[in-house]
Amino acid sequence: MKREGEVRIPSGCAIAAVISREGKGITGNVIYNAMKPMHDRSNGLGGGFAAYGIYPEYRDLFAFHIFFDHRSTRKDCEAYLKERFEIVKGELIPTRKIPQITDEPIIWRYFCRPLSSQVASEQVDENEFVAHTVMKINTGMKGAYVFSSGKNMGCFKAVGYPEDVGLFYRLEEYEGYSWTAHGRYPTNTPGWWGGAHPFSLLDSSVVHNGEISSYDANRRFIEMFGYKCTLQTDTEVITYILDYLVRRQGLTLEEAASVIAAPFWSTIASRPEKEKEKLTYLRQIFPSLLITGPFSIVYSWNGGLMALNDRLKLRSMITAEKDDKVFIASEEAAVRVMEPEAENFYAPAGGEPVIVRVKEGKF
Amino acid sequence: MREHFIYPEFEVVRNDNRCIQCRVCERQCANEVHRFDTDLGLMISDETKCVNCQRCISLCPTRALKIVKSDCRLRENANWSDETIKEIYKQANSGGVLLSSMGNPKPLPVYWDKMLINASQVTNPPIDPLREPMETKVFLGKKPDKIRRDENGELITETAPQLELSMPVMFSAMSYGSISYNAHASLARAATELGICYNTGEGGLHEDFYIYGPNTIVQVASGRFGVHKNYLEAAAAVEIKMGQGAKPGIGGHLPGAKIVGDVSRTRMIPEGSDAISPAPHHDIYSIEDLRQLVFSLKEATEYKKPVIVKVAAVHNIAAIASGIARSGADIIAIDGFRGGTGAAPTRIRDNVGIPIELALAAVDQRLRDEGIRNNVSLIVGGSVRSAADVVKAVALGADAVYVATAALLALGCHLCRTCQSGKCNWGIATQNPELVKRLNPDIGSRRLVNLMDAWRHEIKELMGGMGINSIESLRGNRLMLRGVGLTAKELEILGISHAGE
Amino acid sequence: MKRVYVNEQWCLGCHLCEYNCAFANSGIDDMVKALKGKDIFPRVHIEDGEDGIHFAVSCRHCKDPMCVKSCIAGAISIEDGVVKIDRDKCVGCLTCVLVCPYGAVAPGPNGAAQKCELCLQNSCGAPACVTGCPNNAIVYEER
Repeated sequence: MKREGEVRIPSGCAIAAVISREGKGITGNVIYNAMKPMHDRSNGLGGGFAAYGIYPEYRDLFAFHIFFDHRSTRKDCEAYLKERFEIVKGELIPTRKIPQITDEPIIWRYFCRPLSSQVASEQVDENEFVAHTVMKINTGMKGAYVFSSGKNMGCFKAVGYPEDVGLFYRLEEYEGYSWTAHGRYPTNTPGWWGGAHPFSLLDSSVVHNGEISSYDANRRFIEMFGYKCTLQTDTEVITYILDYLVRRQGLTLEEAASVIAAPFWSTIASRPEKEKEKLTYLRQIFPSLLITGPFSIVYSWNGGLMALNDRLKLRSMITAEKDDKVFIASEEAAVRVMEPEAENFYAPAGGEPVIVRVKEGKF
Repeated sequence: MREHFIYPEFEVVRNDNRCIQCRVCERQCANEVHRFDTDLGLMISDETKCVNCQRCISLCPTRALKIVKSDCRLRENANWSDETIKEIYKQANSGGVLLSSMGNPKPLPVYWDKMLINASQVTNPPIDPLREPMETKVFLGKKPDKIRRDENGELITETAPQLELSMPVMFSAMSYGSISYNAHASLARAATELGICYNTGEGGLHEDFYIYGPNTIVQVASGRFGVHKNYLEAAAAVEIKMGQGAKPGIGGHLPGAKIVGDVSRTRMIPEGSDAISPAPHHDIYSIEDLRQLVFSLKEATEYKKPVIVKVAAVHNIAAIASGIARSGADIIAIDGFRGGTGAAPTRIRDNVGIPIELALAAVDQRLRDEGIRNNVSLIVGGSVRSAADVVKAVALGADAVYVATAALLALGCHLCRTCQSGKCNWGIATQNPELVKRLNPDIGSRRLVNLMDAWRHEIKELMGGMGINSIESLRGNRLMLRGVGLTAKELEILGISHAGE
Repeated sequence: MKRVYVNEQWCLGCHLCEYNCAFANSGIDDMVKALKGKDIFPRVHIEDGEDGIHFAVSCRHCKDPMCVKSCIAGAISIEDGVVKIDRDKCVGCLTCVLVCPYGAVAPGPNGAAQKCELCLQNSCGAPACVTGCPNNAIVYEER
């Protein structure tokens, strides 16, 4: 059977997220417990989390989380990293042996600083340099897979139910101001850890529930700009699209949302002149980045997150608040587990972005 | 020398039990096949003149007529077909190059028919176009590499000129001269009503049709017929015609007999003179010359109109398209080897060029590989026959398609493939006023609008089935296609998987 | 009132309207049976000009028709704007044929005068010449 990346595997999912606008620490058990009532939305073939603010002591270093199939692969990969980075620390990611999670690969993390001479010689900025490195390893180095590469954040994922994946990675021992979670229901059994979600690049990560129908149009477009879609998953391509629009094109999140979940032409026609002009422009120049088909996503970065539904709202997604915290989930039940007293439940309309930012200086 | 007799290709079968001798067949046949014999008191026919255009059949009120393929055959021979042998007789009779019209009729592979379209089941929902909005609007033209903001951080929404179409289908180039005034009127009116464009071809723009300018693409071809400032300014876009799918590598020849009255005036050439378009543009012998013409036209139109470069699909099309994409052109139009024509040498029509499906796949991929797909939009033509073909073309990577044969069929054409005779009984490929009159643009434009409305509905149905509610998300979405009965190489070029994979 | 109008610009002179008219007023449900081997008496006539102009001549249903005034038998009347001939009353004097300035009245097969009555009396319901015209050269509309 073909592995994830060699074939496109549609999947249904559960997503959840919590963020403190005050930048207050939340432990990982809050989020993995939230996945329990949504157990039936996953099928045990993938679960994962993204956590922000978890590595304050290395906040200025890029944290690579990498799966290796073999010790020798790790050696080769480390050698490659050393050519490009100063590795400040490299270690096994601590895990807990539990019967629900088996066949784990070798899982390491590295805190690295790009070598300025190398960055200069490639004539790109630091972020672009790191992105190139990730693409290079993931496409060129068989058996090695970078699944997290941002500063002061990390992804944790595995084949299994998300609540078990949380236990496996001992997430209750981490404290972050923002967490996202994903439970996966793929329609076949790839059994590969790299295929689990969230998907991330640099400090941005995406959890996604849905199956987009625009996939190949999006993929073939975004691959023109140096991205390589090695997993053939929606989440991967959505991550790259957002990276391209927000980081490389410099669009605001709202503008990016109106590219990927563009309002219908009939809606645009009814907007005030200035806005009409802007929305028309964005649809005109980024037609290939419109995403159709069902999706609900939470896109996170250092300092915030954005929840967004497809333009027809073909997937469930709800938001709620309590004090400084904002909750997002596929189902209300998940929010109730995180915060029984949550209030202001709201189901965002199709294409309506919900953007939450942590106060400046609090993350 | 007596010409070698060639037995007629068709037989006119008249059911005398049904014929009421109304003589409509006789009146309507410009080839003079039918005749009422007063001595016999019967309608009789001369099959040698019949081209099987079926005008008589369409108008016969009692269905007393049919035209069948003659079964008078030469001795069967798998190598020397009847057609091949008769072509030899014709050439031995005349000493001339064989001429044909409309697209290549040979049994070469039609890749559209070997690709199947996806639909949503279970894992994501199909969308019902009757209940949900379904968008088919497209913009053709260069897209910027980088967004720009003004000093207040607001987006600068100015773009290179874009051609806005309500659906990704346009009427392809057919010149006034090769087709009639009424055919042009029908196309122009339909395009305007539909919010798409039609294309003047290389025969200039009749003064009556300047009012349809916003829905008109004007062509600048190697003969430069009818090109002047107002002509360029009237249009929505300007197309440089480098080649045509039906006859790559050769120019055109509209016989002096058709250069009459308004045709001569519109083309800006003397009455009765042959309109000969040279094979190359004599100011374009290489790609850098093309760039100069592109920018000359942009200068002439103050950079307000997209410039299209139309080429025939030939072997090296991917590299050629890549060159054009870097030439300043906003749009590339590629015409496949099955595209139609008013007249072309038979050998060229049937043997030169490549299928549009492969050309499109190769060009779209090449432009993406080079990271310049955003520089240009792609239009493809050359036998797009249905809404399904449109959907497949868009999924392979086209921004829009050109249709001409399908449009002519809507106007009444029965594909008898004798346009070159100038005696089109349907009033399309003729300049004879008595025949031109047969195409009433009220009817013609209505039928074109009907056809495109029908296609638009079908495109929406197909998109909805795939769970796609806007055509942008279909463009280049090759996962939505699967091949059947194709070799690994063909699949590789098309960039699609085989059904079952 | 809706009337039959002619757009001579689009008339091809195919004469189909004549046959459709004759068939529509034949009372027979098969065209071959109705018209084969017979002389036809259509109520619309195509005039073929020398210069390629064709024109379908048909009753205009005048507001103040000469035919009605001239009919010695009182066979021609106006009913809801439609000029009609009562065949039972017609004595076949053909005065109406002579006075009609448009040449729209003609003798029928049995000697009585006949003219277009807009197919309102036969099974067509709408003028057969119009529905059968291949080029919209004859139209039935309000003007």
